[in-house]
Amino acid sequence: MSVTAMKPVQPVLDIVELSICLPTGADRALAVEGASLSVLPGQTLCVVGESGSGKSMIANSVMGLLPLPHVRPVGGKILFEGIDLLTLTEPQMRELRGRRIGMVFQEPMTALNPVMRIGEQIGEVFDAHMNVPADEKRKRILAALADVGLPEPELLIDAYPFRLSGGQRQRVMIACALILEPVLLICDEPTTALDVTTQAQILKLVRELQKRRGTAVLFITHDFGVVSEIADQVVVMQTGKVVEAGPARDVLQAPQHPYTRKLIDAIPTGTATRGPSTSDAPYVLQVQDLCKTYRSGNGLFKRGRSVQAAKDINFDLRRGETLGVVGESGSGKSSVGRCLVGLAPFDSGRILFNGRNLSQGGNFRAAAEGKIQMVFQDPYASLNPRHRVGAAIAGGPIAQGVSKSEAMARTMALLKLVGLGADAADRYPHEFSGGQRQRIGIARALAMQPSLLVADEPVSALDVSVQAQVLELFAQVREEFQLAMVFITHDLRVAGQMCDHIAVMQRGVVVEYGETAKVLGDPQHEYTRKLIDAVPRLSSPDEAPALAA
Amino acid sequence: MTFNSPFMRRYMRNKGAVAGMVVLLLVAFIAVFGPWIATNDPWGMVQQPFLRPWTEPGFAMGTDTLGRDILSGVIYGARISLLIGLVSTVVALLIGVTLGAIAGYFGGWIDAALMRFTEIFQAVPSFALAIVLVAIFQPSVGSIVAAIAIVSWPPVARLVRSEFLTLRQRDFVQAALLAGQSTPRIILTQILPNAMSPIIVMASLMIATAILLESSLSFLGLGDPNQMSWGYMVGSARTVLRQAWWMALFPGLAIVLTVLALNLVGEGLNDGLNQRLDGRTK
Amino acid sequence: MKRTQFMVKRVLQGLIAILLIATVNFMLVRAAPGDPVSVMAGEAGASDAQFVAQLRAQFGLDQPITTQLATYLGKVVQLDLGFSYRQQQPVLQLILDRLPATLLLTGSAFVLSLIFGITLGALSARKAGTWVDSAISLVALVFYATPLYWLALMAVLVFTVQLNWLPGFGFSTVGSGATGLALAWDIAQHLVLPVLTLALFYMAVYARMTRAAMLEVAQMDFVKTARAKGVKPGRILRAHVLRNALLPVVTLAGIQAGGLIGGAVLTETVFAWPGLGRLMFDALLQRDYSLLLGTFLVTAAMAVLFNLITDLVYTLVDPRIEL
Repeated sequence: MSVTAMKPVQPVLDIVELSICLPTGADRALAVEGASLSVLPGQTLCVVGESGSGKSMIANSVMGLLPLPHVRPVGGKILFEGIDLLTLTEPQMRELRGRRIGMVFQEPMTALNPVMRIGEQIGEVFDAHMNVPADEKRKRILAALADVGLPEPELLIDAYPFRLSGGQRQRVMIACALILEPVLLICDEPTTALDVTTQAQILKLVRELQKRRGTAVLFITHDFGVVSEIADQVVVMQTGKVVEAGPARDVLQAPQHPYTRKLIDAIPTGTATRGPSTSDAPYVLQVQDLCKTYRSGNGLFKRGRSVQAAKDINFDLRRGETLGVVGESGSGKSSVGRCLVGLAPFDSGRILFNGRNLSQGGNFRAAAEGKIQMVFQDPYASLNPRHRVGAAIAGGPIAQGVSKSEAMARTMALLKLVGLGADAADRYPHEFSGGQRQRIGIARALAMQPSLLVADEPVSALDVSVQAQVLELFAQVREEFQLAMVFITHDLRVAGQMCDHIAVMQRGVVVEYGETAKVLGDPQHEYTRKLIDAVPRLSSPDEAPALAA
Repeated sequence: MTFNSPFMRRYMRNKGAVAGMVVLLLVAFIAVFGPWIATNDPWGMVQQPFLRPWTEPGFAMGTDTLGRDILSGVIYGARISLLIGLVSTVVALLIGVTLGAIAGYFGGWIDAALMRFTEIFQAVPSFALAIVLVAIFQPSVGSIVAAIAIVSWPPVARLVRSEFLTLRQRDFVQAALLAGQSTPRIILTQILPNAMSPIIVMASLMIATAILLESSLSFLGLGDPNQMSWGYMVGSARTVLRQAWWMALFPGLAIVLTVLALNLVGEGLNDGLNQRLDGRTK
Repeated sequence: MKRTQFMVKRVLQGLIAILLIATVNFMLVRAAPGDPVSVMAGEAGASDAQFVAQLRAQFGLDQPITTQLATYLGKVVQLDLGFSYRQQQPVLQLILDRLPATLLLTGSAFVLSLIFGITLGALSARKAGTWVDSAISLVALVFYATPLYWLALMAVLVFTVQLNWLPGFGFSTVGSGATGLALAWDIAQHLVLPVLTLALFYMAVYARMTRAAMLEVAQMDFVKTARAKGVKPGRILRAHVLRNALLPVVTLAGIQAGGLIGGAVLTETVFAWPGLGRLMFDALLQRDYSLLLGTFLVTAAMAVLFNLITDLVYTLVDPRIEL
């Protein structure tokens, strides 16, 4: 952008020293404190932060959608085309919503009314602001559906949301937001709940629509990769305050504030950090022709549907090595994980653990003697809320016959190892943060002294900075106990950092399998290439791709 | 449970629930100490029939067709109503929680079979079934308790089943499976404690329903003939309503107050127990 | 096409349920203390030996139990529900005579309680936190705690005995000889109190459920989306909140249908309404067990029917149901 002697362009959105309060009893008084930012027409501004940073609050306050009366703006101004939105009445705000400002939310699966047809939900935007004759309305709705890249608009317009996938529903949301050609589009983490490939498509769509219509975009996200893909300007937030702001390129390549630096450093680079494996350690796990089919809806009088979650899966794992199983939702990676630990029966094939063939069905876990353990994805659901942490960790060994005193000793040692004090044993899970709970989950799995550890998306639900710490813990633990690990993830960058080998899964089949460096540097299968391309890169598009050895 | 625990604080915030608790304690007190409070034997014909309330000292609620003291009747009635309400609810809970837990935990054909079984019970109008049961097996406290329990267990079974179905899939249960914990241990120590809150709330409402059911049965003449229950008192007022409206009013009010108190306590329990135990912030 | 398939399936399920209930009837009689025949004969057992002998032959107690069950079920399918000694008529006839009155009472109460319950619940949710909400919630709570028969008695006391506004007994004014419109008006007047007392309890149930469901739906994401589109509050309430809140209410209505029919027994007893409930009460008094079980079976069939109807309504209301 050359600086010429032009009349300064007035920003579409200018937030000045905005403060938003939280209800009494929250962990801090202000959700947002003195935040300022401005978005120029045709520009994209990204607000980046972790959970609890207040970034979503800003988006909601512009639209006037804060959960009043306890959470409300208490200071500052929100200037939209020169008018302070905080001084407007509710009917005046309603006028603007959908017409001059559009918004897209995070969770597409719940963002649409399940009992109203798609066409009607888009048509509502017209009805709320103007009087358009029915056939004209229908034409414009069909055009909008085509515009956002949805197939067969004629059929879609009368369909109900349950027929659409997450990505498709998000496109419908975007159509609703943009149909009246607003000057400002607010996106509150619209791709966080989507697959990586779908995310790439949605980001592309937003960029295109913006270029075509000159809309200003305020994009909330936690992912710096997304920032580098679409942002012109960046604002970084930490616990309610703006800590850094500026043009995207500057902030990404030369971050000034220590917090920004910390966030950017925490992102897994995706470069293969594990060298080619030369070990001839014994095989811990050998999977041969594993197949699993899900049958649902089998009633007394009707045939159910069957979905083949895993077909002819083959891979090996030696002691001390880590295998990454990478795929998007529906790829079957979680099903494979559950079969490996014996939580789900498999239909055919063999799983050899330390050379022993583990039979299918109920005896699998007994035969494994607790030596195959799992770390789960959701830190908020993986610990029993009513049990103390110490009991949760010691419970496993005790069930295997270990004496109580020995189990408690192990528990204390492990708590220390994962970085939590011994006093954590007497506390309940809800007293800990997400990252801490994942550590407890790792301690629990390690208490069983396993030979094989299966981690099912263990860091997907965590903030980026916490993610890095937990991954470090995994690496440390792996070294210490020479564990064989199967690391299931959708994030190629994480796999690249943690794993010796990678198996890429698509729709139940392993499409590529090999050493990490090779899979990431020289992918053979088209889907692998697509996955690699879809990962939001930290560098700008004209630089070399980051995912290389 | 101390008085300052988070549960008590949340409960106390609901004024109605506090009032309900007070009334309930009063009713319980009357039920337990009834015989010492009441001045007369409820079956004793101690005064002239159809005595209007507040006309004779000591007969605040008047007398009935046979000259029996209604106030004493109401006091004794509290005993039988609470007794039957409590016992039948406990029995219904035992049946319902067991069946629901088994159906929810094991799933598959066990679940399907148990659900079909439950549905048959739910298809029948429960009051009509209770009538038939008590009629055929002759009215007594035992048959009434059994009948009420038999018609009341399906909703709690469904609740427990759905709770178990959800909790069964939770990661911490999966972890317990991986640790090799036995099935009974998992059901009792892992899942059940997390399902207790909605069960407790439902139990308080079930006691209320049981009291209503028992009184309805007694009204129709199917009560235990040796017990002076509230329903029986209202029932005996039916044919003499014009002459002695107070015979129906006071026992009925007692029922309304007790059931209302139980409902309010149930709501308070719901508020108190309904915390996000996962500590998730928003 | 699919909907008819679904309905056929549900009807078949309903019929099987009714047969199962009949089997339960069969087992109950045999489980009761004493000889099944004397149970069924009831008070006639003491007085009419010939009747008892007839019954004994009919029951065929010397046959294996499965044959007895088959005979019994066969009779049920042919709508032979036995003979009432006291009333000297076939049970089926007695039931058919009374069925219309009960259908009128329970049908009106069902519809009334749903319409007013949902309306009041929606109003309560809309004005949540205000005095309107508190008032409606309190009234609902009180009616929810009130026994049906007591409410009925109090209604008779106030409206018939004291104020003489409405008739409190019977179906129509005896001996008036009115026909056509006048008769309909007369019946309607007699219908008011019974329907109101029966409906009030369930009105409270639906009002509470509607309020709770609406408050819960109002928190959902798609309501926020609608607000972000600038949709007016009235439309949001109707097309988004209420429309989705109706789903659990309809489900509840199906479950409560059985309770409604059971409640008819109490209402009809107090108001001397000549329906099945009253018949059941009479059978109780007279210890006429074949009549009692016959009415029980028919009330169960009615509940199954109500359930079927609400299931059908639910499929119309929720487009996600794959048919």
